[in-house]
Amino acid sequence: MKARKLKEGVYWVGAIDWQVRNFHGYSTPKGTTYNAYLIIDEKITLIDSVKYTHTEEMLSRISDVINPAKIDVIISNHVEPDHSGAISAIVELNPSVEVYACAAGVKGLQEHYFENWNFKSVKSGETISLGKRSLHFVTTPMVHWPDNMMTYMPEEKILFSNDAFGQHLGSWGLLDDEEPLDIIMHEAKKYYANIVLPYGKQVQKAMEVIPSIAIDMICTSHGIIWKNHIPVILEAYRKWSNNETEKKVVIAWDSMWNTTEKMAYAIYEAFELKGYRVVMRNLQVNHESDVMTDIIDAEYVCVGSPTLNHEMMTNVIGFLTYMRGLKPKNRKAFVFGSYGWSGQSVEGIETFMKDAGFDVKGMYKQKFKISQQELDTIKNDILDKI
Amino acid sequence: MKKYVCEPCGYIYDPAEGDPDSGIAPGTAFDDIPDSWVCPVCGVGKDDFTELD
Repeated sequence: MKARKLKEGVYWVGAIDWQVRNFHGYSTPKGTTYNAYLIIDEKITLIDSVKYTHTEEMLSRISDVINPAKIDVIISNHVEPDHSGAISAIVELNPSVEVYACAAGVKGLQEHYFENWNFKSVKSGETISLGKRSLHFVTTPMVHWPDNMMTYMPEEKILFSNDAFGQHLGSWGLLDDEEPLDIIMHEAKKYYANIVLPYGKQVQKAMEVIPSIAIDMICTSHGIIWKNHIPVILEAYRKWSNNETEKKVVIAWDSMWNTTEKMAYAIYEAFELKGYRVVMRNLQVNHESDVMTDIIDAEYVCVGSPTLNHEMMTNVIGFLTYMRGLKPKNRKAFVFGSYGWSGQSVEGIETFMKDAGFDVKGMYKQKFKISQQELDTIKNDILDKI
Repeated sequence: MKKYVCEPCGYIYDPAEGDPDSGIAPGTAFDDIPDSWVCPVCGVGKDDFTELD
């Protein structure tokens, strides 16, 4: 397979995973890429690698430029196996290859691969020379694991950002003008919502370095490379990491005999009357990772479930557990649901929403069926509160 | 003395235990830890910690 030349002596040698549809629970309808980069200098350097399943593809693309056994230096910006999974293949070909990572990165690689490779532990702010070019390291803990760092090559003005600014988008196009920008941005938003969201503050710290450096390209570890639309993705990350929301509500529910769904639509009407953009997500037919994407710029999230055997429905509790872990901040909520006799589901939802940091503005419980008058009461109560 | 939690990774700083591996003796209040100290689990700084209720 072929390498893609990005600049003189700089190549993309990653892999396109056309087939993955479930990335540890995150739905990836367009697949993804694992991006690795080859730099031909006095020291031949590989920045990150690919998931172990795609080792042969990476080796084949490297071989399009140079014998992979000639790689002198590997930079591991992130331990997660979709980026470190093919390092061992290079080490097998050249056991003396130097593997650079931050201290947490070295420890994490040892804990993953049980090998004592020729590790070189680097600190934030350190620079190494490759010959004509140099690499400058900036640790970015928790964007997205403790071991994350970014690598900057000033001579080519390239930032190797690893997971930051990435997207699960497996495509022939590799640069940001080779696929439709709205699709790229949707996938970038989904990636932020499902991977980066808990770490907004850390993203802002990582982004502090960006204004001080000249950037021609942001080479991510997943999806397309930013070149022509860098300000677009930087502005989006600024907004998302600040938890800036729009006049928008996401209503997510499951229903048994339609009462909870009717309540969902009463809530819809209230928000519609107040000029909100409304997004309706029945959790039976919407994947939780897509609902998170909807939530990323929503001021309100409303969640409903009937009570089934003293519990919420499993689609709802699954979604709430997932959302609580991702910790969206500065958002408000309403909770609702029907019941037959016991009715624990709604308090259960409220507890989850409060634990996740939501400001819960109202709770609506309904025994069995709901009349038009009762639906109007919900609608009017919400109209008073928003 | 109050405990503090690391928001991104969930590590809890307990003043009774300190963080001896990083030179923070048991009995050190969170406020008295130097600003250069980082979370022993994930590496973020003191300002990413919040007081535990």
